[in-house]
Amino acid sequence: MKRFLIIFFFLISINLIHPFSFAAEKAAKPMSPGWSFKGFFGTFDRASLQRGYQVYTEVCASCHSMKHLSYRNLSQPGGPEFSEDQVKIIASQFEVRDGPNDDGEMFDRPGRPSDNFVSPYANDKEATAANGGAYPPDMSVLVKARMGGADYIYSLLLGYEEPPEGISLDDGVYYNKYMAGNKIKMSNPLSEGIVEYADGTKATEEQMAKDVTTFLSWTAEPHLEERHKIGFRAIVYLIIITILVYFSMKKIWSRVESEI
Amino acid sequence: MSNHEYTPSSKFGKWFNDRLPLLTLGKHLTDYPTPKNLNYWWTFGGILTFCLITQIVTGLILAMHYVAHADLAFGSVEHIMRNVNYGWLIRYTHANGASMFFLAVYIHIFRSLYYGSYKSPREIIWILGMIIYILMMAAAFMGYVLPWGQMSFWGATVITNLFSAIPLIGESIVTWLWGGYSVDNPTLTRFFSLHYLIPFLILGLVVLHIWALHVPGNNNPIGIDLKKPSKDTVPFHPYIVIKDLFALLIFLIIFAFFVFYSPNILGHADNYIEANPMVTPAHIVPEWYLLPFYAILRSVPDKLLGVIAMFGALFILVILPWLDTSRTRSAIFRPLYKQFYWFLVADVLILGYVGAMPAEGIYLLVARVATAYYFAHFLIILPVLSRKEKVLDVPLSITEPVLGGSVSASALKQKKDKL
Repeated sequence: MKRFLIIFFFLISINLIHPFSFAAEKAAKPMSPGWSFKGFFGTFDRASLQRGYQVYTEVCASCHSMKHLSYRNLSQPGGPEFSEDQVKIIASQFEVRDGPNDDGEMFDRPGRPSDNFVSPYANDKEATAANGGAYPPDMSVLVKARMGGADYIYSLLLGYEEPPEGISLDDGVYYNKYMAGNKIKMSNPLSEGIVEYADGTKATEEQMAKDVTTFLSWTAEPHLEERHKIGFRAIVYLIIITILVYFSMKKIWSRVESEI
Repeated sequence: MSNHEYTPSSKFGKWFNDRLPLLTLGKHLTDYPTPKNLNYWWTFGGILTFCLITQIVTGLILAMHYVAHADLAFGSVEHIMRNVNYGWLIRYTHANGASMFFLAVYIHIFRSLYYGSYKSPREIIWILGMIIYILMMAAAFMGYVLPWGQMSFWGATVITNLFSAIPLIGESIVTWLWGGYSVDNPTLTRFFSLHYLIPFLILGLVVLHIWALHVPGNNNPIGIDLKKPSKDTVPFHPYIVIKDLFALLIFLIIFAFFVFYSPNILGHADNYIEANPMVTPAHIVPEWYLLPFYAILRSVPDKLLGVIAMFGALFILVILPWLDTSRTRSAIFRPLYKQFYWFLVADVLILGYVGAMPAEGIYLLVARVATAYYFAHFLIILPVLSRKEKVLDVPLSITEPVLGGSVSASALKQKKDKL
């Protein structure tokens, strides 16, 4: 019985490890700054999410779309939790193409909270052409779409270095020690003071990388806090009912001369 | 099968039961005599029924929100994750439910292998089970295609391309499967349709599987035929019901850990990138439960022979009752078979591991040796063992060894270890 158990847990563990074992060729192991949203009771740092949104919208959003989010998400519980009025103002700063109107014409109007995030380019082809042939990926689920998740994104943002001796880079290609193959077509997006935080936090590269990665972790998993909360309750409930059923089972089987 | 006539106590019950004997069926199910020495490996039948129903119910809800279209599928899954009430819970339960389903089915199959549950008179139960297993793999594969991520698309491309190995008509078959000249919208819509159909086929086969089980009754850890009902059996309700429930709850706790705390660990990150026919992922890896067969496929240098080996690895399981003809069922009384059983378990694990690795160098060599051993186990070792192996004395009943009957001391000791 024991041997059975060991073997089957081995089966599972072996197959859990496999995706990471050849995760990245020639890339450094990602760093982790310690995330508040990991673990059983993990929640997002509200202030960090709001700062992260600022970094995203002032820096990343000039190339990267986030088409699966709506502005209203920014005021939802478990997210950055901007107030509804703040979200109305945020949304109204974007021009949204709407229509056709009663005259059959398309028109531009200010954004509303119900609108999806406006993409910086009209389509993927335009995005690719404008970025030297490299498509800037949509950021809605980016953290889930990369092995290493938040650690990887954070490290990548801080992983720009001068290329070592003997590596020559083409124009528009940069050296990043966390990127598979070490070559990346995105220039270093963060430099100290590139944004001015509204809450007075000092905008160091590490701070911005951490904030924007926290924000991207939320966009990839907007119901994470709810999931952790419900999960804890569900598991406690299951454990209690399991114990009750165990004693009922013992009682019922005590009538039979057999081990269970 | 209970042969005694059942008469409902109420007048309406009698009237109804004379026309549709559902109450007789219910009575049969609750009274069904079950060996009293079944261990926890026997609880996975109930767990699997639960898994199937969970998949059907969550799948039904997902289908209300999912859009089967190449341009919209990825976005509709994100819509479920973000905007549908508890959509994230339903989708994560469905996605992890597939993995838990396979975990349970592998334990169920290996339990059957250990205790010889596939042997006469239970061959039909075994074959039905194998058909269910093959359908499960088909359903899981097509389900993985539906989110239309990179692994969905390229997994579908690799697997459907297997059929092009068929001589002469292979290419036409692949075009027919795709509904075009590449994996595209027609492929997605038909996979959705079939993914919806297959679980109900499985459900029907599960009914037959249980029906066939109720003819000879359950096998048991010492693998002997029992008189039923007798001192060796207990009625299904409440004894087995409560035990299955307890095991199911333990299973659910593990299930819940995956759903709530690592919902994506069993999937591949690339599947959160929308499908792009112009970009091939660095490594195309199927879901973990298909890896052993993927390893067998890749270990054969010739494409056609590789496909034959992969399907052969499944077919060989179907004819297992005629490869292992030893009359002793349980490995407890088969010392050599027991050793080879664990070799097979290790072999399948190794195949699963190398299936996830690139097919080159040492991995490829290991995959080839493990593939050869897999077939040798069924085609050489089992038939030889069936004839040559010296089996231990088998007790005549479950209660006999307890009462100090004529069972050999070593067998008794081993039995105690197992229980």
